[in-house]
Amino acid sequence: MYFGLNEDQTMLQDSVRRFLEGASELEAVRGFADGDGALAQTLQDGLMELGAPFVLLPEEQGGLGLGVLEAALIQEQLGRHVAPSGYAATYGMAILGLREAGDTQWLDRIASGEVVMGVGLTEATGGREGAGLELSGDKVSGRATFVQGAENATHFLLTTGEQLLIVERGASGVSETALTMIDKTRHVVTLDLDSVTAQVVAGNNHQQAQAKMIDGGRVLLAADSLGAAAMMLEKAVDYAKDREQFNRPIASFQAVKHMCAEMAAKLEPCRSLVWYAAYAQDHVADEAPLMSRLAKSHMSEVGKFVARTATEVHGGMGFTDLLGLHYWFKRIGANRQLLGGPQAVREEAAKLQGYVG
Amino acid sequence: MDLNFTQEYVDFRAEVRGFLEANKAKAPAQGDRSVRSQKRLAWQKVLLEHGYAARTHPKQYGGYGAEPDALKARIIAEEFARAKMPGGIAGQGINMLVPTLLELGTDEQKEKYIRPTLAGEMVWCQGYSEPGAGSDLASLRTAAVVDGDDFVINGQKIWTSTAQFADMMFCLVRTEPDAPKHQGISYILIDMKTPGIEVRPLMTMTGFAEFNEVFFTDVRVPVTSIVGKRGEGWVVANATLTHERGMLGDPDAALSRLNQVADIMQNEHVDGQSLMDNQLFRDRLMQLQGEAYAMKMNGMRLTTAASEKKSAGMAGLLVKLQGCELNHEIASLAIDVMGEYGMLFEDSPFARDKGLWQTSYMFDLGMIIGGGSAQIQKNIISERGLGMPREPKPAPGTFKAN
Repeated sequence: MYFGLNEDQTMLQDSVRRFLEGASELEAVRGFADGDGALAQTLQDGLMELGAPFVLLPEEQGGLGLGVLEAALIQEQLGRHVAPSGYAATYGMAILGLREAGDTQWLDRIASGEVVMGVGLTEATGGREGAGLELSGDKVSGRATFVQGAENATHFLLTTGEQLLIVERGASGVSETALTMIDKTRHVVTLDLDSVTAQVVAGNNHQQAQAKMIDGGRVLLAADSLGAAAMMLEKAVDYAKDREQFNRPIASFQAVKHMCAEMAAKLEPCRSLVWYAAYAQDHVADEAPLMSRLAKSHMSEVGKFVARTATEVHGGMGFTDLLGLHYWFKRIGANRQLLGGPQAVREEAAKLQGYVG
Repeated sequence: MDLNFTQEYVDFRAEVRGFLEANKAKAPAQGDRSVRSQKRLAWQKVLLEHGYAARTHPKQYGGYGAEPDALKARIIAEEFARAKMPGGIAGQGINMLVPTLLELGTDEQKEKYIRPTLAGEMVWCQGYSEPGAGSDLASLRTAAVVDGDDFVINGQKIWTSTAQFADMMFCLVRTEPDAPKHQGISYILIDMKTPGIEVRPLMTMTGFAEFNEVFFTDVRVPVTSIVGKRGEGWVVANATLTHERGMLGDPDAALSRLNQVADIMQNEHVDGQSLMDNQLFRDRLMQLQGEAYAMKMNGMRLTTAASEKKSAGMAGLLVKLQGCELNHEIASLAIDVMGEYGMLFEDSPFARDKGLWQTSYMFDLGMIIGGGSAQIQKNIISERGLGMPREPKPAPGTFKAN
């Protein structure tokens, strides 16, 4: 029995961290948030070079055939560096869904780098604002909201609720509306589709494929928040050691120390939960759906606590744009809502256990 | 990540399970906490023989002499919990005194004390805290003055659990009143039958006297009762704290308590409707489940760290703070679910489990405060875990006893 990361996993995470420390430093992220989209492509190319997109791809497609745990370790680093990347959708959820459905054609095109697959699962995690798609023949109509991976997607993997289908970005009949999220480090869009030519994904177990996408996607969002929250805690501790008031570092005041201790004490067990939830996706089938929901909802609550507390430790500076701490705050806030807020996800967890009559 | 056990451990688990199955009749009830119970002592003997108590203690002193193995320790804890059978006696004598003697005791002390302590025949209490020395333990004032071949002890201890049953006390006393406060303390062993010792039960909010106060008036113990040197008691007391605990607790304890709450929610009805149908309660249950699983997985990580003889760092430092808080919240939910019936206690008509959850709720609050309060835990986490500086101290001076 070994509960922890192996050497390969640690090396993978370290290599992504080293890359992002350079490529996704705060000034670059700030540029992206202010409208210069180039960073998303730089990160996409860099991650491709590191092999990150191949983690979940089966070996038959030239992938690494690794698991959600490895993808989560990468996602944790992306969150840590508030990196503008649609990785969770494009190389996490999309591949999980296509793999489960039994597709090879699209996976090949993703492997070659020709296709970057955004993901919209509006109907599956609670649609509002008239969201929902209908397929008639090979034409799809309706609305898909909060479509992820829009930074550099070439295609979108969408659902009617029963069937997974793919439309090309910018195809005739697709009208795309960018949504302005509080988190400007990632792009999400709403797609209004009017009789758009769609390709139904191969295979017929789409419900199951969709469930895998959501379970895996939630784990990845939890991992993203884990990384972002860990960074906020580190920044808070560093700031408190540096900042002096009353002739001493504020880190020596118990009021400040206890805030940091509470963050650490709540956050560290989340790391173990996220690891296990990710591992379960590939290795403990009967626990995978529950662990995904518990990881997503619990991390959302702890993330919220860390985001506000770390900001508070920074005092007024935490509230300014100058330090840029708010990028992490907002990233965690967006992750909390994406693919279902904690209350909704916990209710699903209760249903899974037969607690809802 | 590899959550499978190798054959050695699969076999070991089967062995533990087989032992428990074969010895069911010999086990005392799980709730049997009475210190002098013959059934518990007999059970301890069986456990010692098979290596399920004092597993890693030297054979020479009545232990089983096994190599420390965190996975086996965990398997033992899991299997005993699964069988709902009590493990070995785990008092402060076995957990704290024995490791201290093994490291720093004289051969005579080891010979005299370890074997009967492991057997459960010699019961110990811990004399550390005093009314004026809680979180700041090193400011303790109970004085031991040398007179001929004896120490003469005067003072008071508090929070002394099992003092009313104990044969012996391991105790911190001030022997060098003029030295700086950490350097004036000695660690001595006191026979509780010595004249001049008075034990008074300390009733707590739960309605039970879980603790005692112990008063010393001209209590004479031989100077050979000291462990380590005079003035080094602080170091002696802390020596064993740096060791990893030999036995890990049941990793699923919080989860099984939570499952009990889920059962209550399914069985309690208001106007004919199960409380599990109440989404507010259900949401609280699920919140706690997320936390409980996070702590379970954190515990798995600790087991792996222990089995590799590595420090688990932050993952270890947080356990007391988070674990006690979680238990307290689980009890709180159980009470809220029961509504007005949740406040009924003892033999009241309609009381659920005699108000057991109220007792837990209060007892768990005691656990949050005791054994290093939540605030002390946060100091430890921030200083040792996050590298934050200590609160500046007033200029050091010598210890002043009244």
